[in-house]
Amino acid sequence: MTKELLTGNTAVALGARLSGVEYVPAYPITPQTEIIERLSRWANEGAMDARVVTMESEHSMLTAAGAASVAGVRTFTATSSQGLLYGFEMLYNIAGWRAPLVLANVSRGVASPITLEPDHNDVLSARDSGFLQIHAETCQEALDSVIMAYRIAEDDKVRLPTMVNLDGFYLSYTREPVDVPEQERVAEFLPPYRPQSGYMSAKNPMSVAVVVLDGRAYSYFKYQMHLASTNALAVHEKVAGEFEKAFGRKYPAVEGYMLEDADYAIVITNSLTTTARAAVQEMRKEGKKVGLVRIRLVRPFPRQQVADMLAGKKGVAVFDQNISVGSGGILYPEILSALYHRSDRPKKVVSFIGGLGGKRVGHTEFRHMVAVTEGCVRDDSQLASVLLFTDSDWQAVKGMLRTAGKGEVSQ
Amino acid sequence: MTTLRDLPLDESLASGSLLCAGCGGVLLTRIFEKVLGPKTVTVNAAGCMSMLSVFPFTPFRSSWFYVAMASAPAAAQGIRDALDILLKKGRVAKEDDLKVVVVTGDGAAADIGLQATSGAIHRKLDFYYLVYDNEGYSNTGFQASSSSPYGASTKTTAPTALLPEGTLLDKKDLFEIWKAHRPPYIATISPAYIADMMHKIEKASRFAGPKLFIAHSPCPPGWDVGSDLVIRLSKMAVETGVWPLKEAIDGQVTHSLFMKKRRPVEEYLKMQGRFEHLFSPARQESVIQAIQAKVDDYWKNVTK
Repeated sequence: MTKELLTGNTAVALGARLSGVEYVPAYPITPQTEIIERLSRWANEGAMDARVVTMESEHSMLTAAGAASVAGVRTFTATSSQGLLYGFEMLYNIAGWRAPLVLANVSRGVASPITLEPDHNDVLSARDSGFLQIHAETCQEALDSVIMAYRIAEDDKVRLPTMVNLDGFYLSYTREPVDVPEQERVAEFLPPYRPQSGYMSAKNPMSVAVVVLDGRAYSYFKYQMHLASTNALAVHEKVAGEFEKAFGRKYPAVEGYMLEDADYAIVITNSLTTTARAAVQEMRKEGKKVGLVRIRLVRPFPRQQVADMLAGKKGVAVFDQNISVGSGGILYPEILSALYHRSDRPKKVVSFIGGLGGKRVGHTEFRHMVAVTEGCVRDDSQLASVLLFTDSDWQAVKGMLRTAGKGEVSQ
Repeated sequence: MTTLRDLPLDESLASGSLLCAGCGGVLLTRIFEKVLGPKTVTVNAAGCMSMLSVFPFTPFRSSWFYVAMASAPAAAQGIRDALDILLKKGRVAKEDDLKVVVVTGDGAAADIGLQATSGAIHRKLDFYYLVYDNEGYSNTGFQASSSSPYGASTKTTAPTALLPEGTLLDKKDLFEIWKAHRPPYIATISPAYIADMMHKIEKASRFAGPKLFIAHSPCPPGWDVGSDLVIRLSKMAVETGVWPLKEAIDGQVTHSLFMKKRRPVEEYLKMQGRFEHLFSPARQESVIQAIQAKVDDYWKNVTK
């Protein structure tokens, strides 16, 4: 099978095209724009039987996408960072409408300060909205995940919108070898969207999103969404199994790497996992029993799988490429809560924050994480979250501060 | 000539909703639904009319889609596009197609949703838009919107010793803002002129693209007027020239009603509690004259 060298953005656009997407409300934002450029071109050339409409904002884009999905057409859209936040109100709405659309989010740090490079504060801000979240490590996974996302989102046990996250720059603009599935085989894997609620028409009147003034009814609908989301754990497993059979690629909700005999584990998401794998290999060569856990399905949170993989380890280093200002890493407490009830829980779970705004994270950082975690286990000490920020990072920032006229600044 | 006899007897909107007695918005929505018939989907932005459909009830026979305050025209876009795709692919039969009708208040139309409306008109979306203009944020208790007129008292512009006029800003001219987008059809309507309203909706239905309506919509609690006086008040708004009945077809404006002699605006103002401070405890002559001057200024250049 020949592979093509594709950017993450093109891979995602191909995923939407192969999924038989019929409708794409769009709005440009870096680093996502290439996705909607591709889709617009294919629609205008007739290579794709879809209507692409450029809206006047992400808020309207998400509104149109949700409404069309409810009306009964397979809908795709994409955004990033500020765009996701501009349309934020609609994320909760669309999830409440139970509109099974797919939204690609190309991760980018959130202003202020403004940046173009990635971290996960954008996508994780939507973690409570009701959207399912799949976080991709590679361009291949980004493409495959779009196709899988429709199967999961449209499943009657789930019927929730799904976000596929890929890192800006690291995937969006980076070419990787991608095996593009054949259209016929995707069509076999993913049947057309035929909603149980039917299509909106004169024959099938619908009352959508009516006001609920009663707390009992509100609780009912909200908790129903929660249960539907947790159903997606089993649905993801089933769909991933079928995907592996059809296309030969395996996507567990949580993936363990060199984990079985490991004493220490790094927990990570998204594209930096690839770098972390290489660092783990290096440490293994030196005889360190280190492994890795990559969380692909962030919502619903696969609590049980995470706990099963990490239980019995001596120490766990959680890498958060995000920051909840005033609290710390966002995934860290979720990992802790997954482990708390296990008697064989790791002795220490340490929180690390790094890669904010696309700051480089390499072998040095991952080695440091393992060394610090080992130290905590050895000394029975506990640290507040550790910022991965090297001395050379600090020297560079000091230089910038000097240029900005701030004089000499102490750390 | 359209007359009241032409109004369909079928009711598309059932009675018994939670809305206030005498609400202009409900009356307008009811007539709108009557004239357009049952094959509609009503897309509503957060506001008073959102209280029509409260779970587990709906007064509509047809479809209803409640959406966030800022983006009803965008939801209309998604629904219209979806219907077109479903029709093209044969999943919905032609006779089951729906007219997409956006119903919002003036806060959504002139303030928070203006951008989404501009986008939808620019994209030549085929939809109806009914704005029930009650000149304030009625659903939250009547605060000032950009559609509140100069001199009116609202919850956020109540007259004080320092600011005796009430609202200081002028009403935003949504008609002209829409007109600058050159949609095929715009009209102002009034619940006191139902035949005119019917005639305009029917006329609009001949055009593809945005069909936009701004309706004088008395709000009994907000305007402090008895529910029994709503229609009389709406008539007075037209007869004083405060609410011109007009339409713009491809940008060409014609007035539906031209009065050689207009009643003084004072007669309109005096009917409503929201202008009471202009007459008591002391008459604010300059404010009343300023309101009259604004109306005179509008009609100065109108010939028919």
